[in-house]
Amino acid sequence: MTTFAQKQSPAVRTTPDGARRSPAQKPRRRPKERLAKVVIIVLLLTGAAFAAFPIIWMASSSFKPNTEIFAYPPQLITSNFSFDAYITILTDPAKVRFFINSYVVSLAVTALTLLVAILASYAFSRYEFKGKRPINMIIVSIQAVPPITLLIPFFGLMVVLGLYNTYQGLILTYLVFTLPYAIIMMTGYFNTLPKELDEAARMDGAGPLTVLWRILVPISIPGIVSVGVYTFMIAWNEYLFALTLTRTEDMRTVPIGIQLLMGQNSYEWNEMMAMSILGCIPVLILFLFFQRYFIGGMTAGAVKS
Amino acid sequence: MGRGVLTPPPHKHPSIDGRAADPSHREGNRGAATPHRKASAVASTNTVVRPGSTKSRTSRWAPTARKLTPYAFLSPTVIVMLVLMLIPVIMVIGYSFMDNVITNKNPVFVGIDNYVEVLSDPVFRTATGNTLFFTLVSVAAHLLLGLGFAMLLNSPLVGNVTKALFRVVYILPWLFTVAIIAVLWRLMLNPNGVVNYLLISLGLTDKGIEWLSSPDTALLAVTFINIWAGYSFYMVTLLAGLQGVPADLYEAARVDGASAFQRFWNVTLPQLKPIIISMSVLDIIWTSQQFALIWMTTGGGPVNVTEMLSTYTYKLAFSRYEFSVASASAVLILLLTMVLAFFYVRHQKARD
Repeated sequence: MTTFAQKQSPAVRTTPDGARRSPAQKPRRRPKERLAKVVIIVLLLTGAAFAAFPIIWMASSSFKPNTEIFAYPPQLITSNFSFDAYITILTDPAKVRFFINSYVVSLAVTALTLLVAILASYAFSRYEFKGKRPINMIIVSIQAVPPITLLIPFFGLMVVLGLYNTYQGLILTYLVFTLPYAIIMMTGYFNTLPKELDEAARMDGAGPLTVLWRILVPISIPGIVSVGVYTFMIAWNEYLFALTLTRTEDMRTVPIGIQLLMGQNSYEWNEMMAMSILGCIPVLILFLFFQRYFIGGMTAGAVKS
Repeated sequence: MGRGVLTPPPHKHPSIDGRAADPSHREGNRGAATPHRKASAVASTNTVVRPGSTKSRTSRWAPTARKLTPYAFLSPTVIVMLVLMLIPVIMVIGYSFMDNVITNKNPVFVGIDNYVEVLSDPVFRTATGNTLFFTLVSVAAHLLLGLGFAMLLNSPLVGNVTKALFRVVYILPWLFTVAIIAVLWRLMLNPNGVVNYLLISLGLTDKGIEWLSSPDTALLAVTFINIWAGYSFYMVTLLAGLQGVPADLYEAARVDGASAFQRFWNVTLPQLKPIIISMSVLDIIWTSQQFALIWMTTGGGPVNVTEMLSTYTYKLAFSRYEFSVASASAVLILLLTMVLAFFYVRHQKARD
C-alpha cells in the first residue's frame, strides 16, 4: 500500500532528494488533490446511477402489483410490497420448465465444451504439428461468423437430423459458439504452465492423456473455471437459436420464456421483471463467487500478458 | 502461440532445427530415450496406430505416433467444426443460388437472382445504413464510457475498497442477458415509464415520449440501450490494460513536466492502443450482428427505422419463408464480417 502510494501520489514524490522539504508545497497541493478527489467521487456516483438504476428499477418493479407499475409519481418502494409475482412464476409448472430447460442445456454445453476444448488446447499448447497455424487461424476466425448466417442451414440441418425442438439440437448448436473461444482461452492458460512439468511426468513413463488429466488439468482449475463460467453464460443467454430451433413451449429456454410473457395481450410487467431477476440469478451467483476468474475471462481476448 | 511468459528457457529449443518439430528433445541424453519410447507407446494406443511389440518396432513407429497424437486430441474439435460450421456455410451458399429451398423439395438453380433481389431491395439498404449507425455509435460510446470508467477506477486518489465496489456496480449491466435488458428498457422507456417521468420532472420535456415506437427516436433509443448494455466489457479490459502500464513511464513523463492531459495522451493512449483496436474490431463484429435486442424492443419497426441486417434476414426467412433470398442476404453479411475478421486476425498476428 505504501509503495503504491509512493509511486502514484505526486505529493509524496516531488522531492527527489528524499528530504522532508515538502511542507511548503503540501498546503498548495492538498486542496487541488482534494478537489480532484471530489470530482472523481461525483463522477463515480453518476456512473453508478447510470449503470445500476435500471437494475434497481427492475427489482423494485418485480415487487409491485401490476396495477402500480406505471403509477404516477413512480415509487421505488411500494406500500403494497409483495412477492406475488415470484410466487406466480415459481408455482406455474410451464414457467419452471423454462428454467429447467435452460439449466439442462447450459450445463451440458459447459461440460462438453470443457471436455473438447481441453483436449484441443493440449494439442495446441504442447505439440508442434503440420497445420497448427492454419487450424488455429480458422478457430480464431470462426468466432466472427455471424449467427444469422448459420441460422438458416442449421434450421434445415436440425429438421433433417430429427434434432429440431430437442435439447441435443440446441446443445450441439451452442458448441459452435463456445468452442472457439474456449480453445483460445484454454490454450493461453496451458501456455503459462511450464513444460518441464509434463516432461518430468513423461520421463516417468506417463502417456499424453495421463499427463493431461493427472498433471495439467488439476493445476489448471482457475483457467477451467473461467472458461466454464463464460461458456455457461453464453449458453444461458443465447436467444436467436433458442427462438428458431425450438417450437413447443416445453422446450423453450428462459430468454424466450420472458418474451412469451410479453406476447400475451396484457403485459404482466411485474411477472416479467420477477422472471428476469430469477433468470439472471445463476449468472449473478457465478459472478459473485468467481469474480476474479470472470474478469480473467472477459479480458482474455484483448489483453495479453 | 507458444511464446508465453513461462515457456521453457531457450536452451531447450534447439531441437527445432529444420526437421519436423519433435516434442521430445533431450539433446545427447541417451538415458532419456527409454522413457520417451514408453511414452510414445502409450500414445500409439490412443491414436490407434499399431500396438508396438518389439523394441525396434516401437522406436520406428514412435515418431509416427507422436506426430498423430496432436491430431487425435484435435479430432473432436475438427469434427464438430466440420459438421456444424463448414457444412452449414456451404449449405447457405448453396441455398443462396437456389430457389425455394427448405419449403420445396426440388429447388432449382437460379444463379445470382437472389443476390440481385436482396441488393435492389430498398429495405436492405435501409437496414445496412441502420446497422452502420447502430454499430459505429455504439462502439464509439462503449469505448469512451469504458475508458472513462476505467480511468476513474484506476485513480490513485480513491481507496481500493471503494474502487472494488464501484467496479462491481459498473459490471452489472453486462451480466444481464439481452432478453432481460430488452424487457427492462421497454418498461423504463414506456411513455408512462420512469425515464419520461424523470425527464418531465427535470423540465426537459412536457409530455411522455414514445421512445421505442416513434420513428424519430426509435433508432436512438435502441442504440442507447445497446450502449448501456455493452460498455462494461471495455471497462474491464481497459482497466486491466491500465494496470499493466509501467509506472516508470508516468514517472518519466512527470519528470519531463507533462501535464495530466499530456500524460494521458502521450503515455496512456499509446500503451492502450493495441487493446483498443482489437476490442473495437471485436465489438464492431458483435454489435453488427445484434439481433435479440432489436427483435425484442422494436422488431425492426416502426416503418423499418430500426431494421438491422440481422432482423431483415430473419424476417425474410422466418416471417416470409423466402429461405433462398434470406440465404443470399446471410451470405452478404458473412462476407462483410469476414472482411472485418481479416483485419482482426491480422492485427492479432502483428501483436504476436
